[in-house]
Amino acid sequence: MRETISHTDTITAEAAEQTVAQPVAQPGSNRRMTLNMGPQHPSTHGVLRVVLELDGETILTAVPDIGFLHTGIEKECEVKTWQQVVTLTDRVDYLANLSNNLVYALAVEKLIGDIEIPPKAQWMRVMLAEFSRLNSHLVWLGTHALDIGAMTVFFYCFREREDIVRIFEMFSGQRMMTSYIRIGGLALEPPRGWQQVVGKFINAFPSKVDEYEELLDANPIWKRRTQGVGMAPLEDLLDLGVTGPMIRAAGVAWDARKSEPYSSYDKFDFDICTRTENDVFARYRVRLGEMRQSARIIKQALEGMPEGAWQADAPKIVLPEREKMKTQMEALIYHFKIVTEGFRVPAGEAYQTVESPRGEIGYYVVSNGTSKPYRVYMRTPSFGNLQALPALLEGRLLADSIAALGSMDFVLGDTDR
Amino acid sequence: MLPDPLQDHPVAAALDAHLPDAITGGHSEHGEPTLFVTPSRIVEACRFLKLEQDFIRLSAVTCVDWHPADPRFEVVYLLHSLSKNARLRLKCWVSEADPEIDSVTGVWRSANWYEREVFDLFGIRFRNHPDLRRILMPVDWEGHPLRKDYPVHGYKYSYPEE
Repeated sequence: MRETISHTDTITAEAAEQTVAQPVAQPGSNRRMTLNMGPQHPSTHGVLRVVLELDGETILTAVPDIGFLHTGIEKECEVKTWQQVVTLTDRVDYLANLSNNLVYALAVEKLIGDIEIPPKAQWMRVMLAEFSRLNSHLVWLGTHALDIGAMTVFFYCFREREDIVRIFEMFSGQRMMTSYIRIGGLALEPPRGWQQVVGKFINAFPSKVDEYEELLDANPIWKRRTQGVGMAPLEDLLDLGVTGPMIRAAGVAWDARKSEPYSSYDKFDFDICTRTENDVFARYRVRLGEMRQSARIIKQALEGMPEGAWQADAPKIVLPEREKMKTQMEALIYHFKIVTEGFRVPAGEAYQTVESPRGEIGYYVVSNGTSKPYRVYMRTPSFGNLQALPALLEGRLLADSIAALGSMDFVLGDTDR
Repeated sequence: MLPDPLQDHPVAAALDAHLPDAITGGHSEHGEPTLFVTPSRIVEACRFLKLEQDFIRLSAVTCVDWHPADPRFEVVYLLHSLSKNARLRLKCWVSEADPEIDSVTGVWRSANWYEREVFDLFGIRFRNHPDLRRILMPVDWEGHPLRKDYPVHGYKYSYPEE
């Protein structure tokens, strides 16, 4: 390989012809090359290293190497109180914070048992989880198109994404690490006038999705680079633990929002988007369809948002209102107990799943009856999906690896935790 | 021996009929069926559940450290069936003295990374695993961070007074 590189500066048409005419290398011959893709490769969207063994342009083996972003979140959960852990769940997946907040809150509420989340909080959770799906899919579409060379889409997607993070900021005070969904309801009362802001965004959004579709579907380069690329048999994908849009693009109509409805998703009317082609293009179509469905759900949530409390009536778990804390003795005591010691959760274990933008997030939470979790295991979709990477890459061209890799839509923080 | 709360559970009953000595107990907290399985029968049990009971997905494999209890580790398998729309949890107790259990990578390929993660963070070895290396921690790391006797700040950067 070194020889080839030293000649590149003086390459002529004749030399180029000779290069083409060279015989295909036999397996085991010295033309095999090992290539390190990453950990700082821009198209891996984080710090992923893939060790590729190449024969010319063909990938023979691909070995993903992860762990560069391992921050020990699961270990840290064990020394925080139950409510403090919510802030850590944000940091697992920076594009779907609210889905992670939601799954943790649901798992702990399952363990607590006798806590009833009021309808307004449930609907609010659904609406915000869908916003985080839109946020994630928009970032995915923009960056994935950018990887493949369609630059314009990026600016369009980030225009809408900016509106969404502003909505998050309006609700929680934070653009990304919202920690807005808490055990027992929401962190803060929804701000005054949120209906106008959300309504304005959601009425305009479907036409924006049409815009992305127009930009990409009419683009022959996009089609050629995505159709028939990054395919793997469905049985392999299922066996390797792939979930989410990737599996729906292979024709499996499985969505946890429908099959195991949580947080009143059963009250909403939406469809599961599926395709059968199982290539990068199909995954793009599925995510585009999911954006439209999310917009539908948000619209329903906006129009039918129930009135009433946004936190459960559970004084031992939910912090009291500031005014009550100043005037009522019990409220002050509960406030002091929750803040200093935290509340206790009955011993037991629960596994809760949520359909995140990337697939199945599952939190397996174990309590030993104290005010801190005994174990929080996070089954993250990126970890599960990334395991199928060799199945998508091996035997294909190196140039297609970027499209295949991008179509998996993983977040490395989510993989390494 | 099938526990009382799971007597009517069709999958648990089928597994018990197929492998009479595999199930040692179980419960159904929060509507989530959990079976305790003899560690030596875990591969057979998983193969039966995948092939005969249609649990085609292994959501995850994880572990809980009950230090200082003996046996200390609880290896947890989270199974999922798309056609039945059902989930099932299998558990095996593994002792600290001999932290070894058979790998289920032969049943579901997805077990590969999950078992590597459990090996990395808890130090449980999986027999017949094709590639048992550390996955999240650096290759030269010493110790298994998610064990309960491992300090949260680690050993390397701890302050002496802590």
